[in-house]
Amino acid sequence: MAVTEAATAPEVEPEEHEHRVETGLPGEALPARYGGARAFGWWGMVWLIATEATLFALLIASYFYLRFRFGPPWPPDGIANPELALPLVMTVVLWSSSPCVHLAERGIQAGSQRRLRAGLAAGWVLGATFLVLTLAVEWPRTLKEFGPTTNAYGSMFFTITGFHAAHVVVGLAMSAWVQVWAWRGLYDRERHLSVQNFAMYWQFVDAVWAFVLLAVYISPRL
Amino acid sequence: MTGTATVTAPAPDEIEWRGEVVRRLDADWSEGGGLGSWIGTVDHKRIGLRYLYTGLAFFAVGGIESLLIRLQLAGPDLHVVGPEAYNQLFSMHGVTMMFLFAMPVLSGFGNYFVPLMIGARDMAFPRLNAFGYWMLLGAGLFLYSSFLFGDAPDNGWFNYVPLGDSRYTPGINIDYYLIGVILLGISSTGGAINFIVTILKLRAPGMTLNRIPIFVWGELAMSLQIVFALPALTLASVLLMLDRTFGFHFYDEARGGDPLLWQHLFWVFGHPEVYIVALPGFGIASAIIPTWVRRPIVGYTYIVIGELSVALIGFGVWVHHMFAVGLPNMTLSFISLASFMVAIPSAIQVFAWLATLVAGRPVLKTPLLFVIGFIVIFVIGGVTGVMFAAVPFDQATTDSYFVVAHLHYVLVGSAVFPIFGALYHWGPKVTGHLLDERLGKWSFWLMFAGFNLAFFPQHLLGLYGMPRRVYTYDADLGWSAYNLASTIGAFILGVGILVTAYNWVRSRRRGAPAGNDPWRGETLEWYTSSPPAPYNFVTVPTVRSREPMWDQPELAAGAQPPDAGGRPLTGGHLTLSTSPLDARPQAVVHMPHSTPWPFFLTLALLVVAVGVLLDAWPVAILGVLAAGAGLAGWYWPRGQTQET
Repeated sequence: MAVTEAATAPEVEPEEHEHRVETGLPGEALPARYGGARAFGWWGMVWLIATEATLFALLIASYFYLRFRFGPPWPPDGIANPELALPLVMTVVLWSSSPCVHLAERGIQAGSQRRLRAGLAAGWVLGATFLVLTLAVEWPRTLKEFGPTTNAYGSMFFTITGFHAAHVVVGLAMSAWVQVWAWRGLYDRERHLSVQNFAMYWQFVDAVWAFVLLAVYISPRL
Repeated sequence: MTGTATVTAPAPDEIEWRGEVVRRLDADWSEGGGLGSWIGTVDHKRIGLRYLYTGLAFFAVGGIESLLIRLQLAGPDLHVVGPEAYNQLFSMHGVTMMFLFAMPVLSGFGNYFVPLMIGARDMAFPRLNAFGYWMLLGAGLFLYSSFLFGDAPDNGWFNYVPLGDSRYTPGINIDYYLIGVILLGISSTGGAINFIVTILKLRAPGMTLNRIPIFVWGELAMSLQIVFALPALTLASVLLMLDRTFGFHFYDEARGGDPLLWQHLFWVFGHPEVYIVALPGFGIASAIIPTWVRRPIVGYTYIVIGELSVALIGFGVWVHHMFAVGLPNMTLSFISLASFMVAIPSAIQVFAWLATLVAGRPVLKTPLLFVIGFIVIFVIGGVTGVMFAAVPFDQATTDSYFVVAHLHYVLVGSAVFPIFGALYHWGPKVTGHLLDERLGKWSFWLMFAGFNLAFFPQHLLGLYGMPRRVYTYDADLGWSAYNLASTIGAFILGVGILVTAYNWVRSRRRGAPAGNDPWRGETLEWYTSSPPAPYNFVTVPTVRSREPMWDQPELAAGAQPPDAGGRPLTGGHLTLSTSPLDARPQAVVHMPHSTPWPFFLTLALLVVAVGVLLDAWPVAILGVLAAGAGLAGWYWPRGQTQET
């Protein structure tokens, strides 16, 4: 009996949380969980990202499937290799949003509203800049040469980059939502699951860009 | 193994603490009545029942479609329905049985029983749960609204291109299919994530990994497959919509696309889908057998490893649906090998069930009969499955009725028979009333005989060369007698199903009261009342055994006292969060209350769906904006719940 009781004894670090709730077991009070790596919502976001990552992986696999079915030359139909300069600038812009969002998350973990707001705002501006560069510069420039209905290569080019851009849009919307509440002082050291989940989603969107960049912009040169 | 709650008389001081706890829990967990509660409920049991009833209603619809198909094929040169209607019927029969019957009903049992079996007060994400149900209902009604216009999907459940592209099927039939499966994908992905997190994080203290009931393992394996398999179907459908609506060229071989891409993507989803439907059925069998043979399951660890291996290997066999399309021999060899391999973990489970039956004292009542029927039918389907893994045999019989026979033996075996067994095994827990045993036996034998009469002759038809999906056939081909037998069998099967439907309705009025634990089951769903209260358990139990109801006598009274480890956990909408591996208590979590926003979000997404279907883009944009408002309402911070 003593052994099994030990095996089911609470596993709680002290001083992590202030709010405790009595469970009704004699003398036992457990912390009320609002966030952190053990919150349900954190796990939910992990699995949402898992299924989204699968979607991206299959999309990029489909790109290479068509490329190898079609055979050289790739890009086909006399389309030139995609230019690299602007996408690399976009990469720098997007990836510099990652540390901003990370600092915002670390900020609220330390209880700093200022770092939370500043980090989120900077990340949002950088993400929005990336989006504008994609939709207003990179796409119009590409459309002069080919479009999504030109051939399967064009369909893939615009679908992969567009799908990633759509994720950036969702991330920016999430960030805007979190920022509204950050300015109203909703989050504190303990309760900031939305910040945490937004940050995880945003880092995912940034990480996926590495694969988009490799597949769409760099792989045709290899 | 003591008796039910009525047997053990609680001591006076126990009645005192218990009454107080129940009074507080009632106040914390009651959802009230009325329309608001009906639309907004987040109770996993109400939602689970809705999944169950909705899935069974679609089972009836899909069954009627199959009977119309069988009537059309009952004799040579019949014209019971027109050829165009026939195409729609067999397409919607497949879509309905896979997406609108099997998956919802198995999710329904999971929704209802996973929290009960792991000792939780609700699912991890109650509102996502409600959303998953509304999306299922919305997508089902959306798909069936196509019949109103005579434009139901008509290209089979796997909707191959180029037949499904806009050159060959310009109508909106295929658009209905594509949008419908994307909506269903949202529903089942949300549900799957909910199951995974619930099973990892909400298990009762002491329910370590090796004490999780096998049914719960089955739902976990199913959910993992959904998370990693459904994106393939979603992607395939989005790409085809882009082709059809905007003139993209993913599947257009003239412009560098490839129709085979559809087949690859579809079956990367489609083969795991078979196991998505089968694994929870296996889990039901493993839940029913120990109770009805009065001993713990033999080979628990091997069964769990078997389920997870099937789930894993299931991702590596999709090309065996494409053996006849002309792929390289090396590819065929690999996939053939993987397909043979699936037989091993499946057979391990079958042998474990048989060993449990032999080692125990079987009580041959309806639930166990359905499980034995499942084993017999599934083994026959498994044997023809191994035959298909051999490439030459597959190439000789592909697209024949042999395939139809095989897939019905596998799917009806592993889904329908366990589901009916579960209706008899778990029905009393859900309704509080026992089903009639005599009607149950009639139902089983009619279904078992009808099924085999309907589908065994189809093996022979396939070997004699009858292709699947044909509208009709000539009298001099020699197929008439087998087809007539098959049609008669299908109607007998239908009668057997109706007997259970009648039995269920009848039990709600005339069935004997079930009590907490009518079968002396071993898992925690029998620890609470039938039907359970909104909070599931008076005290969240501490588990010390894989068969807690057999090994922990203090559970029999329906409320483990605090000095034995039961946690009343009153003072709000609370559930316990435990560690994923060894289920140590970590924290108390405030759960959300009932809310209309999941329902609203579903309506908004249906507006988007209709807008996309009719190319009415302003409508679609309006729907997107409404969905944004719905999400804002959903996530609006309120009080203590976890979402902030």
